[in-house]
Amino acid sequence: MEKVLEVKDLHVSFKTYGGEVKAVRGVTFDLHKGETLAIVGESGCGKSVTSQSIMRLIPEPPGKFDGGSIIFKGKDLTKLRDQEMRKIRGSDISMIFQDPMTALNPTLMVGDQLTEGILQHMKVSREQAKKIAVEMLDLVGIPSPHIRLKQYPHQFSGGMRQRIVIAMALVCQPEVLIADEPTTALDVTIQAQILELFRDIQKKTGVSIILITHDLGVVAQVADRIAVMYAGKIVETGTRREIFYQPQHPYTKGLLNSVPRLDVDGADLVPIGGTPPDLFSPPVGCPFTARCPYAMEVCDRVYPEKTTLSDSHGVDCWLQDERAKKLLASR
Amino acid sequence: MALRKHQEQQTQSPVPDDWFVPIQKNDSEAEAVVRPSLSYWQDAWRRLLKNKLAMMGLFFLSFLTFMAIFGPIISPHTVDHQDLVNQNLPPSSEHWFGTDELGRDVFTRTWYGARISLFVGIAAALIDFLIGVIYGGIAGYRGGRTDHYMMRVIEVLYGLPYLLVVILISVVMGPSLATIIFALTITGWIGMARIVRGQVLQIKNYEFVLASKTFGTKTGRIIRKNLLPNTMGPIIVQMTLSVPSAIFAEAFLSFLGLGIQAPLASWGSMASDALPVILSGDWWRLFFPAFFISMTMFSFNVLGDGLQDALDPKLRR
Amino acid sequence: MLQYIIKRLGSMAVTLLVIITLTFFLMHSIPGSPFNEERATSEAVQKNLESYYHLDEPLYVQYFLYLKSVATFDFGPSIKKSSQTVNEMLGRGFPVSFELGMVTLIVAIFSGILLGIIAALRHNGIIDYLAMTIAVVGISVPNFVLATLLIQQLAVTWGLLPPATWASPKHMILPTLALATGPMAIIARLTRASMMEVLTQDYIRTAKAKGLSPVKIVFKHALKNALLPVVTILGSLAASILTGTFVIEKIFAIPGMGKYFVESINQRDYPVIMGTTIFYSTMLIVMLFLVDLAYGILDPRIKLHKKEGK
Repeated sequence: MEKVLEVKDLHVSFKTYGGEVKAVRGVTFDLHKGETLAIVGESGCGKSVTSQSIMRLIPEPPGKFDGGSIIFKGKDLTKLRDQEMRKIRGSDISMIFQDPMTALNPTLMVGDQLTEGILQHMKVSREQAKKIAVEMLDLVGIPSPHIRLKQYPHQFSGGMRQRIVIAMALVCQPEVLIADEPTTALDVTIQAQILELFRDIQKKTGVSIILITHDLGVVAQVADRIAVMYAGKIVETGTRREIFYQPQHPYTKGLLNSVPRLDVDGADLVPIGGTPPDLFSPPVGCPFTARCPYAMEVCDRVYPEKTTLSDSHGVDCWLQDERAKKLLASR
Repeated sequence: MALRKHQEQQTQSPVPDDWFVPIQKNDSEAEAVVRPSLSYWQDAWRRLLKNKLAMMGLFFLSFLTFMAIFGPIISPHTVDHQDLVNQNLPPSSEHWFGTDELGRDVFTRTWYGARISLFVGIAAALIDFLIGVIYGGIAGYRGGRTDHYMMRVIEVLYGLPYLLVVILISVVMGPSLATIIFALTITGWIGMARIVRGQVLQIKNYEFVLASKTFGTKTGRIIRKNLLPNTMGPIIVQMTLSVPSAIFAEAFLSFLGLGIQAPLASWGSMASDALPVILSGDWWRLFFPAFFISMTMFSFNVLGDGLQDALDPKLRR
Repeated sequence: MLQYIIKRLGSMAVTLLVIITLTFFLMHSIPGSPFNEERATSEAVQKNLESYYHLDEPLYVQYFLYLKSVATFDFGPSIKKSSQTVNEMLGRGFPVSFELGMVTLIVAIFSGILLGIIAALRHNGIIDYLAMTIAVVGISVPNFVLATLLIQQLAVTWGLLPPATWASPKHMILPTLALATGPMAIIARLTRASMMEVLTQDYIRTAKAKGLSPVKIVFKHALKNALLPVVTILGSLAASILTGTFVIEKIFAIPGMGKYFVESINQRDYPVIMGTTIFYSTMLIVMLFLVDLAYGILDPRIKLHKKEGK
């Protein structure tokens, strides 16, 4: 499958009053053409930082890029000059943020906010830009778009605003769409509509989507592949089927067990005990050690290398080591 | 067979076998709370201490207060003693800040002016506070129709141009310290009343107050532990910042000849008296009152800013 | 919108009435004022006063007659300068004061906003500290102190600029500078704080994600939102500039209304004090109203007619 985006060994840190937080610690993943890749993890695991690093939207300072590469169309985005990066933002890669209530400028008309991206990246007239904007609003399911263009964000409901934000991200027909918790701030019924919209748009435009979320329900509905992130690292990747039916990492299993399910009778809700590690001084070994029910001495001392289980399925865990399997068997 | 496989594994990774044993865990460590718990006021004070500019302001104001009390005492001259032989003398060992056109000692008069300024500033701020808290508190607490009408009154008063009213009152009542304070407070309390009302309205409905009530906490405790820390911040800041504006207004009035009258001295009247002689180069006449009035306002302003940062519960870290 | 305007006009009228009533009765309550005793004013003046204030009528009739003449912008005669009316003095002095006030307001707004934006964009840098130091000093030094210091240094010691009067653009520099520094400092601080707040908003990040240039982000997306709080204080700033003209005109001997006003205070020329107070109050109240309207137009979220419930 054709790779649109390759992230290799990405490191990002933040300077704070308490010291340096290592938010992303060597993240590697690929995004294939036309797929939806979900990055899941609990808050603070670095998934949003990863997505914003791809767009180079991490404010520096306090943020700091510490190494790695992000290859898009043969170019390393981390090495581009600001001006070149601006040409990519919004036209080749665009992004949707969590809260549609605050993502739109309250004092500018919606039409203005939609067309400014078009005018920035495409050589079209104001009239043509307006036509594209109308088409886009139509695509995302906003009725009477001509009238809506002249309205301000506060005249729209939350779900409608998220549709506008999505339309705004799609106006220049990007190849990659990064959606950072796009449904978290919405009502459940609206959530379903927005997810349906994502699927619909992907079918129509062939855009590749990176979906950042902590909601496994959302993931189950739309993701083709899933990357599970914990404490600044991707601990397991696989297809939706692999992650949901053959999870290997204890953290992935924990995540799945902590989601209420209706399809399994009598399944207990099992929370993961403890809290994620302090990323001021991240542990040398596997960061999940302190919360892992299978933790061994080795987990505390050395970070496990990636074990490849199939073309698509990989996991960073010492339990994949033969010696660990023997230990488990002997218990 | 098993042994061979084992050896293969070991050449792949240098991790020794004996690390593959269950780990000993220390649960209490994972749940430890790092941050020591400080009370709201301790925390605010700690942050204020870190603010160098605010501490500078506090230091200057302490110095000023000290000199306002003891300055006129340690000086060998009195505030209104005229010495027509020694007119307009530059600073010397006899007259540390020089003398004015009537031979009065500028050093003594400067500290006397400090008394007036500090007194006017603090008295006006206190009266504003008192009226503002009562008015705003009632409006906010009672709410509804009472609040509506009380706010309409404020709306009308808010339109009054502050210094014009002060000038008018001073003209009518004749210049005196009491007039100045009365004139300053007649419109000065409005800002405080608005802030108090806003705070009370907001906090009345806060969920944590409700939470405390459902836990059966006593009213006194709710007020002391929840309401006070959350309302006092903006009020203290408003008070601190209303002092310099009162001091400015007093100086402004005195400068126009509506304030403190001779033989008493105020920084404003001293600056005003110095106006005709600045062309002749008698710099000390203007410099001392100008310097101290500016420094005092500066100190109150930076202290107010510092308090604003220190007392904001949202900024706790 | 219309409903809001009518409501505001009503409240403005009440405020004005309060001011006129207050002024009228305060002036008449002063022992020794020409309204109470026939004192050492010249015969011509006394005649003028009597015909304007109807001193032979009962007080409440005087009050209503005064209201009537004020409503037609007739402020009556001066008692110190027998040949002059307050209207004539306003006609001569006000244009000068208006010029000083307007130039000051414009200078303060533009330099304050500029300083605030630069400080916000260079947040925590040397420029920021420098700008904010200037701002705190600007707030702390009273305008009359600054004015005298400027005269002493720039005009007397170095002889760079004329120390007084309002004769040419060169003469305007020092008074404007003295009067504009305080408001400029306030605007700069407010602009900086609100700009910094706006720059952390989500919609700024959205604008960045669109690939817009920093210039476009600051001027198209951030500035308008950042300036909304600045607009709200323009009314009170105008008031402080206006009262500031009193001392500045006195210090620089500028023949404006402020100078006449100060003179009238010192000479206890009550009709002039009354007339000027009412005239300036009216101006300020109208100013506050215009500022509110401007805010309603700038911020689409505010529907002025909905405000009435509050």
